[in-house]
Amino acid sequence: MDFATFLQISDTALRFATPLLLACLAGLFSERAGIFDIGLEGKMLMAAMSAGAVAAVTGSVWLGLIAAIFGSLLFAAVHGIASITFRGNQLIAGVALNFVASGITVLIAESMFGQGGRTPPLEGAARFANIDLPFAETLGAVPILGPFYAEVISGHTILVYVALALVPISWWVLYRTRFGLRLRAVGENPASVDTAGVSVVRLRFSAVIIAGVLCGLAGAYMSTGLQAGFGREMTAGRGYIALAALIFAKWRPWQALWATLLFGFLQALALRPDVVESMTRVAIPVPFLDALPYILTVIVLAGFVGKAIPPRAGGEPYVKER
Amino acid sequence: MPSADLGGRQATAAPASPYAIELKGISKAFGSVQANKDINIAIPRGTIHGIIGENGAGKSTLMSILYGFYRADSGQILVNGAPVTIPDSQSAIRAGIGMVFQHFKLVQNFTVLENVILGAEDGPMLNSSLAKARKILGDLSREYELDVDPDALIEDLSVGHQQRVEILKALYRQAEILILDEPTGVLTPDEADHLFRILRGLRDQGKTIVLITHKLREIMETTDNVSVMRRGTMVATVKTAETSPESLAELMVGRKVLLEVVKNPAKVGDIILSVKDLAVNDEHGVTRLKGVSFDIRAGEILGIAGVAGNGQSELLEALGGIAAASGVVVLNGAELPLTGPRANGKARRDAGIAHVPEDRQSLGLIMDFTAWENVGFGYHDDPRYQKNAWLMDNDALRADTAAKMATYDVRPPIPALPAKSFSGGNQQKIVVAREMDRNPDLLLIGQPTRGVDIGAIEFIHKQIIALRDSGKAVLLVSVELDEIMSLSDRVLVMFDGQIMGERLPAQTNERELGMMMAGMGAK
Amino acid sequence: MTKLPTWADVGLVPLISLTLAALVSAGVLLAIGQSPMQALTVMVNGALGSSYAWGYTLYYATSFIFTGLAVTVAFHAGLFNIGGEGQAQLGGLGVALVCLALPWPHWTIALVAAMFGAALFGAAWAAIPAYLQAKRGSHIVITTIMFNYIAAALLIYLLVNVLRPDGQMDPASANFPSGAHLPQFQEIPILQGLFQRFGADGLPRLNAEGLPMYQQVPANVTFFIAILACVLVWVMLWHTRLGYAIRAFGKSEKAAVYAGISPLRIIMIAMLISGALAGLMAINNVMGQAERLVQNSASGAGFIGIAVALMGRNHPLGIFLAAVLFGFLFQGGAALGLETDIPIELRTVVQGLVILFTGALDQMVRMLLGMFFAKKGAT
Repeated sequence: MDFATFLQISDTALRFATPLLLACLAGLFSERAGIFDIGLEGKMLMAAMSAGAVAAVTGSVWLGLIAAIFGSLLFAAVHGIASITFRGNQLIAGVALNFVASGITVLIAESMFGQGGRTPPLEGAARFANIDLPFAETLGAVPILGPFYAEVISGHTILVYVALALVPISWWVLYRTRFGLRLRAVGENPASVDTAGVSVVRLRFSAVIIAGVLCGLAGAYMSTGLQAGFGREMTAGRGYIALAALIFAKWRPWQALWATLLFGFLQALALRPDVVESMTRVAIPVPFLDALPYILTVIVLAGFVGKAIPPRAGGEPYVKER
Repeated sequence: MPSADLGGRQATAAPASPYAIELKGISKAFGSVQANKDINIAIPRGTIHGIIGENGAGKSTLMSILYGFYRADSGQILVNGAPVTIPDSQSAIRAGIGMVFQHFKLVQNFTVLENVILGAEDGPMLNSSLAKARKILGDLSREYELDVDPDALIEDLSVGHQQRVEILKALYRQAEILILDEPTGVLTPDEADHLFRILRGLRDQGKTIVLITHKLREIMETTDNVSVMRRGTMVATVKTAETSPESLAELMVGRKVLLEVVKNPAKVGDIILSVKDLAVNDEHGVTRLKGVSFDIRAGEILGIAGVAGNGQSELLEALGGIAAASGVVVLNGAELPLTGPRANGKARRDAGIAHVPEDRQSLGLIMDFTAWENVGFGYHDDPRYQKNAWLMDNDALRADTAAKMATYDVRPPIPALPAKSFSGGNQQKIVVAREMDRNPDLLLIGQPTRGVDIGAIEFIHKQIIALRDSGKAVLLVSVELDEIMSLSDRVLVMFDGQIMGERLPAQTNERELGMMMAGMGAK
Repeated sequence: MTKLPTWADVGLVPLISLTLAALVSAGVLLAIGQSPMQALTVMVNGALGSSYAWGYTLYYATSFIFTGLAVTVAFHAGLFNIGGEGQAQLGGLGVALVCLALPWPHWTIALVAAMFGAALFGAAWAAIPAYLQAKRGSHIVITTIMFNYIAAALLIYLLVNVLRPDGQMDPASANFPSGAHLPQFQEIPILQGLFQRFGADGLPRLNAEGLPMYQQVPANVTFFIAILACVLVWVMLWHTRLGYAIRAFGKSEKAAVYAGISPLRIIMIAMLISGALAGLMAINNVMGQAERLVQNSASGAGFIGIAVALMGRNHPLGIFLAAVLFGFLFQGGAALGLETDIPIELRTVVQGLVILFTGALDQMVRMLLGMFFAKKGAT
């Protein structure tokens, strides 16, 4: 692979990694608080449709973004009510919401636009524009790093940079604030929080809401950044890849960045089988590249590469000890 | 949020009342069970106050009321002379009450410092909270011998150190009253001694300590006053210096209505079960059963007396094939495997051991299963319950259940009723019927009458004796001393995973056994 | 909370959950400007209104019975198998390999062999997550999800690179030999009459050879195998030692160990049976209908199994009823897509809502019912 191809693939990888990263951070907040969330996919899909539809109608991508967050939050609220308030099965609730999202997004889009469940193609102010970072031109002359800056780092939409910025922010919130301390504690041992006089329910709802907002960003990026409009099932399992990345990252923000970049890179490579073949000298089937994130996750889950220990209280509704 | 005031100096102006806590007429019922009945107690400030009583006497319920986990049905709580309501843990903390639970409420992968500040942070940012807590922790450690590395992860600490973290948590929240629930249950003797030094230091600085325990030695060595609870009531409060372990044991056990157990002298035969150096580690690697040895002969009931949690459960589980163990166990001359795939409940049943477990609800029965399904539990491979090579004969099982229900007087005698619909006594009769009716060579039976009504107690006792009279061996584990005394032919007392000694019921009394159970008897 | 009588818990709770799901769905329809009543009418006509419609409804129901049973067997062992979709796809692979292996002389022989292939491949796909759960504690929900995606990728690869005949464009296997054709309802003598075609004059239409013509429906003999599977699963769960051990383990792992039941053995066996049942679904769609293996052959039936199992309260009879209900929903949804502006995806929404109300908000439903019973008791 020559340098130009590498830059090109890296650029695509960053685009592909962005929704994964946002969804992965969403899952991170939720699961760190003890709420397993396999509903990332559904929330993203709902957000993608909301963003696409509102941006198409109003012509404003920012209104689309707000709609995306709202749509995702609606689903997050249902997940919270089912799994926190009514102590239902968190996994089943997530599965259910994914199905509802898969169907209802098409229903709404079809009823609004009548284009087979798609939203109209977005253009201009209805899409996030690419931003050229300062000095991209000038620095482009610097060998190696210059083109990398100009071609890969620069020239993305605002949400890409927001996603990247959210990594240190998430880390800071989790490890440097009171809220983060309590959030992590409630996912490990809710009794420790409860006996310290802090509300378990409130903490867990906050986490679920944060997850909703982040999935909203992820979905909005899908339909207004990565693509120009919403299409049915457009998230195509990204919520599950994000979940896989979360396990791969062992529920930590920086590792989530690396995991999603890796998975994004694999997705980008899957688009360029010619490059893979020229590099490895054997024809690696594209489906294998597609499946690699899942295979890697199973290997991690099996404990062959370190042990992925989920938050100890994850998946369990909290019932005050009798 | 706590200010930096420290070290037991009285934070506020001297309160009017000499009592840190007064409880007046506290009652609490769970359904039909009266856990606390009209409890009155006054705990003077700056003392260590022991609360002693058997398992289920209502001590923990009382303390949970003080910490806002339960609300009393009636009665009044006064802290420093002022009436307070404690609807939740936050209120308890505000009232200056700190609690060290039997099962610690710590976050395993947090540092000591993080655990200490959790819920008592100074502001939204952690750094200043952590820095302040580090300083305060340093002061507290020096003052009370509470040294713990503030940056250590909880999961890397010994149980004793984890407990210190719990105490530090309470002190960091400026607790003036510290309640400890069975604090030494998980500690080594050395760690326990250290804990008591800490507690005395705290008392000398003016704190009030409430020590809940069932161990007489701790009460005698550590407390200033002691209250005795029995069956939900407070039977006495005395100065520790003016009492003796003997009289406390008597108060604690009380004079229960002794059920008349008619039994003939034992006709003892050959050794059925021989146990040598049996040891069991729990999942955390802690040795719970520390090498016990004994024999049981045909036609005798060997009683194991002891306070719950001293290795009896592990003994039953090891013999019943549930827990892996080390040592040598010989049944009818054949050695039993103690680890590996052949050490399981079914293999033990096939070898002739029946097992009525201590906890019928989580082990002995599947509560959602019907009575007849439960009668097949553990025996579902029994040829009697099979139609052919493929199918179980549920009708045979139902018929057998109906017969057993008649023999063992299970009420209501409806095999199709789920186990959870029966009363505790009738649930136990189902388990007893299942296990005893097979005429095992050895019966393991734990807490046979826990939560069982008087009529059923008598019935179950008769069954145990009938089995023994038919020349079988019985290993009886019970925390009820009178049950042990009236049923057993020999008594072993267990304490801290070991056998403290052997007594014959006719040559001992409850007082002596009570002392041994509390770890005070000679070996 | 008031304790509900057993009949209310078994009968009313799923019914109310279903009603709530239907009400929310109606709300969705109103919100997108459609008439719920019209939708219901179209669905009923399209799914139940004719023998032809039933031929589709029961075809879908057949698949859902298998996947519902698969989820149920795992559920009884306390395991949530979300991997039915992947296991069903692998089952399809098993069926295809068997059917393409020989020029089968008669469908009965082909069926037995294909069932074996389907069950074997489905079980094998469930075996790895089961082993990882039993031995390494890897959460089976996550591993089975991952295995769904791995299965999809594997099948795409095999269909494109291995099974696709030379010269064919679409990623699918070759057509199965005619000896592997399973009788569809219109080809089964006693059912045949129901599917006879009539001309506008009301007279039976005849083909060139003067024989009566029949409407083609996808429902096939697999339907009867599905009913047999219901019975066998029921027998297995409630009338064999194995079923007893599975149910006991699912209720309480701790107590099961007391009874001498090995967790490893039960997890493995329950998941193998579950995977085999999901795989057997392929007899219906791959062998009975498509007669070749195509991409995404299970088309979501593996997931619908979750809804079917929850709705059917994990009992084979309930699963049968719930599967027919979802067959109705599926076929009715297809009719909606054809005859109205309502997108076919409505059925996915209903499916999700049923899972939500029966599986995650069941406590809420019980509380609502409990309040009702408490009030009734008070008056």
